[in-house]
Formats: sequence, C-alpha cells, structure tokens
Amino acid sequence: MTINKELCDVCSTCVAVCPVAAITISEFEAVIDNEKCIECGKCITVCPIKAIKEGIHD
Amino acid sequence: MIEDRYDVVVIGAGPAGSVAARFAAEKGASVLILERDREPGIPVRCAEGVSHDGIAPFIKIDKRWIATKIKTAGLHAPNGKKAVMYNNGDGYVLERRIFDTELCNIACQKGATLLTKADAVGLVWENSKIVGVKYRHLNQKKVVRCSLVIGADGVESQVGQWAGIDTSVKLRDIDTCVQYTLTNIEIEDTERCEFYFGTKIAPGGYIWIFPKSNNTANVGIGIAGNLAKEKGPKEYLDDFLNEYYPKASINYMVYGGVPTSDTLNEIVKDNLMLVGDAARQVNPITGGGIVQGMIAGSIAGKVAAEAFQKKDFSKKFLNKYSKEWNKKLGYKQKTMYRMKDKFMGMDDNRFNNLVEICQKIPKDKFNLRILFQEVIKGDPKMMLEIAKAFVISNVKK
Repeated sequence: MTINKELCDVCSTCVAVCPVAAITISEFEAVIDNEKCIECGKCITVCPIKAIKEGIHD
Repeated sequence: MIEDRYDVVVIGAGPAGSVAARFAAEKGASVLILERDREPGIPVRCAEGVSHDGIAPFIKIDKRWIATKIKTAGLHAPNGKKAVMYNNGDGYVLERRIFDTELCNIACQKGATLLTKADAVGLVWENSKIVGVKYRHLNQKKVVRCSLVIGADGVESQVGQWAGIDTSVKLRDIDTCVQYTLTNIEIEDTERCEFYFGTKIAPGGYIWIFPKSNNTANVGIGIAGNLAKEKGPKEYLDDFLNEYYPKASINYMVYGGVPTSDTLNEIVKDNLMLVGDAARQVNPITGGGIVQGMIAGSIAGKVAAEAFQKKDFSKKFLNKYSKEWNKKLGYKQKTMYRMKDKFMGMDDNRFNNLVEICQKIPKDKFNLRILFQEVIKGDPKMMLEIAKAFVISNVKK
C-alpha cells in the first residue's frame, strides 16, 4: 500500500479502520508500515479522496 | 512555562479534551493539554451543528461562536419529496474555530496549561506502567511525566493503540466524509438544516446542508465505509453540487471519517482514559460527536480529579468513568447503533415512505413518539424492525 502524498490531506480516516495499526500520523503525514500491513484494502476503500492504492504511486 | 511533570496530560484540545482538562483542573490537579496544531479548533473538521441543550451545561452561549440559529430540519426523500419538522429544541451551527478556543480558554482559566504545536508521539512506560508522554514541540523531542493520560486525539486516535487498546472500527462502522463550505449560494431559510437521503445520493449515510449565513453553508456528505468501494464521497458530493449548486464557490474543503460504531469496549487502562471520537463516543445515526465528547470529557475530568485526590490511577478506579459514561449515554449509543443498522438496510422506497409519514405530522407537533405512532400506521414492517433493534439492545444490556 502507498499513499499519494500530494492528494493526502491527513484526515486519518484510514488510521481508524486499519485492523493492525499499520498506519500512523507522523509530523503531519500519514505513513503506512508495509511490514505490518496485511493488505486488507480497508484504507483504500475508506479514503475520502482515494489517495491510497496497492503498490507504488506513479 | 512548561513543567517536567503534571498530574494529568490531555492529548488533543478538541471539545472532549478541553472539557476533561477543565474538570480535572478545577479540583486542583495540575493539567497539561498537548495540541498538535497551532491553535485549538483548526483545521475545522466538522459540520458544526449542535443542539442548544447539549452544549448549554458546558459553556455560556455567546454569539461570537454562533453562525446561525437552527429551528427546523428538512428531510429530502430520494423521490424528491420533502418534510420539514421542528427540532427538539433549538440548535446552532457553530464557528468551531472560536468555540473550541473558548472551551480551551475555560480549561486554562481553571488552571490547565495549553501547549500548541505539540505533537504527541508515544507513551513513556516504566515497569509496564504508563508514566508520561513523548511529544515533539517545535522540532524538539520532549518528555512530560504524569500520573494519568487522557487521550482525546480524535478519530485517528493513536493513544489507545499505544496503550494496547484495539481502536479499529469496521468499514461499515465509519462514514467516509467530504465537506465543502460553499458561498455564493442561496439559502432559502437560514434557520433550517437540510438532509438528503437515498442510495444514489449517499449510500448508508446522507448529504447535509448546514447554513452559516444567507449565502454560505457547510455542505457535506458521509457514506458508509463498506459502500464506498466503487465511488467515493467526493464523487457523490460533486454530483450533488453540479445538480443543486453549479455556481457555488468552494471556499473550504475538508475530508474525514466519522465513527458510527458503538463505544470502544475498553476506554480505560491503568493510568489512561480515552474520550470523544478517540473512544468512538459518537451518535451512530447522526454522526454528531461534539456534545457526546463534552459529556464524556466532563465525566472523565471529574473521575481524574477524584483519582488525583485518592492517588489511585488504577484501571479499577478509573473504570468509574466507563460505568458513568454507559449510564449517561453509552447504553443509549448501543441502542442507536442497532437502529443505525436498520436505517442502513433501508431501500429508497422505505425512505420515500418515511418522509411521506413525516409530512403528515404537523411540524410543530413533531417528536419521536408521534413519529413512531405514524410509522406504526404507515409502515408497520419498518416499525417492527426498529422495535427489534430496541429489544435486542436492551436485552444485551
């Protein structure tokens, strides 16, 4: 999972649904710990502006 | 001057955190509030609607933080039909920037200290006990020691996670939201909030229009997380805007999530309490959380003050907060949560029916009891579903 930093508004909705606490807010940026991530895709679904996707952003 | 040690550290200067800080400080506990942003209340991440009765116990009503006074609600069915009803008492659309600052000022006048631009990054543990908070302030790493941490850090709460509480909510129990503050629009009645329902308009949620003046309004949407896979809330809201307000100027844009779950199972630990959105203390049907957070904050603050007097910050003692919350609103939230499930399952015909039923009730006579009576007459099946939700939640209590 990666977050498109230019789109992300750090609204943190993704943090609330992550079942393994893999997303943290650090210095006004949402960061996904891909070691912890189980790729369930909940963050992708819930992001209000669809700023998260599988793999790497172009 | 920031000390190295406080009795209580509150993380987050929103309504829940500030009210908790106030009630703890009032009884003599030393309290530090850490706020990540540069001042309380910004950025505004809220539709800003509250009821008078909800906020009046906590703050003297002041027109400085009231944008508009609200008297009625307009319900719009998927088929375009509309019912207008009086609210249970007056409401307000707030200016959260000013309102949140004022709530925090009250806490500080009672003895609490606010530190802004202070981003909590972790807890300090000693012998498996929470003894403080790590935070960053103006690019420096700092530590403050304390006997009690109150996590009021909102929907994205990390404090709970740090303490080992599972704070994650199911997709169907979070609304994914987008809100625009629009200007250059015509508000027909500044005393009315509008709500639009329908599976094509806002699946599992609704679109709201909360007027801030006669030409400005918070216009937003929340849709159920599990129904947002194909099309996100921004696309739904933009479709709505194109239809209703094609000439509007979008002067403010905010994204966010609103928990629509039950309260977390665990809201206290040794030396720690969670309040507000962080504890998922939100009305699951409306998504309103300001008043819920303030009530939870007041209970938590009072229990914190007692814990300080008794020098007992154990989970066992702090559990008093959890129990009182359940008595005051927690059980009610459970019932609302079960009812939300029923509303989410409603198709457009049901919504059309419901609005039609509401139309039959004279708007000054409107209350929930009369609504239920009319629903029994007009849509007995719906009533049965709602009744089931009540019974199940009351048995489970």
